[in-house]
Amino acid sequence: MPEKSAGALADAQPVGRKQAVEQKPQGLRVSGTLYRGREGMWSWVLHRITGVSIFFFLLVHILDTALVRLSPEAYNAVIGAYQTPIMGLGEVGLVGAIGFHALNGLRIILVDFWSVGTRHQRLMFWLVWVLWAVLMIGFTPRHLMNVFGG
Amino acid sequence: MTVSIETPRTLPQRRGVNWEKWGWIYMRASGVVLVVLIFGHLFVNLMVGEGVHAIDFAFVAGKWADPFWVVWDTLLLFLALIHGANGMRTIINDYAQKPGLRKVLSWALLGSTVVLLVLGALVIFTFDPCPAGSPADLLPSFCGDIN
Ligand code: HEM
Repeated sequence: MPEKSAGALADAQPVGRKQAVEQKPQGLRVSGTLYRGREGMWSWVLHRITGVSIFFFLLVHILDTALVRLSPEAYNAVIGAYQTPIMGLGEVGLVGAIGFHALNGLRIILVDFWSVGTRHQRLMFWLVWVLWAVLMIGFTPRHLMNVFGG
Repeated sequence: MTVSIETPRTLPQRRGVNWEKWGWIYMRASGVVLVVLIFGHLFVNLMVGEGVHAIDFAFVAGKWADPFWVVWDTLLLFLALIHGANGMRTIINDYAQKPGLRKVLSWALLGSTVVLLVLGALVIFTFDPCPAGSPADLLPSFCGDIN
């Protein structure tokens, strides 16, 4: 928003902001209506992609778990597929997707309900990645040891 | 001739429940609870003991012998699937421009969601940990005491 309204609002902008806007190289303008958001846009894109991915995993996961009602043999055969090395790597991706969606979901909730949430949304976006890294460092080695350790 | 002009700044009267608002609230309320339910689920199934290698029929039967995990998994099923389905509804409404396509996708989503909720609930609540005729080494150890 600041970039677009810079002309009209230039006088109302704090000095630092005004300078930053004026120094922006004009040659980089993209014509048309391409929205190039920053952290907020990418958090939305990733939240949407992870949400859809988790949803389709959940559909499959309910169906494979339903096999416990059929027979122990059927369930064990299908769950065995989750214990192969390739699926083990896929589970790292799944936990990574859920981890981002969950942490960024909490960020969305804070932006909506915390009185100063909007002001700190960018900081919280990077905080999401810090917590996500901690989560993955805790999860990945132990999980891969379970998968590949026999 | 008199012209009556609507009073400015009056919003059109809306009737009935504001479902979109409750959907919005549900996404946030269920999200907070799902953080606990999902990470508890992942921790107990993937991090404790041998992790993913320990999961088999006997593992599930052992968990569902405890009402605690029956309640946990039922809440997980309903909260997560309804949260995900409502999120998918938002996405369908964003991208499916043609009314016909939107209708088809929305009904398919509702149908598959209801089927999976009913299926999942039936599986949890009609589960038999010691099905007759199954090899004992596939069953939880407590089946020996019953049969
Ligand atoms: C781990 C805890 C979770 C949290 C904290 C969380 C939080 C949220 C929040 C706050 C929203 C935004 C709603 C809005 O913009 O009005 C959302 C959207 C969504 N969530 Fe989750 N969620 C979680 C788990 C899940 C799961 C398990 C699924 C899949 C089954 C899922 C699928 C979705 C989808 C598809 C959307 C819509 C995305 C969009 O509109 O761009 N979420 N979630």
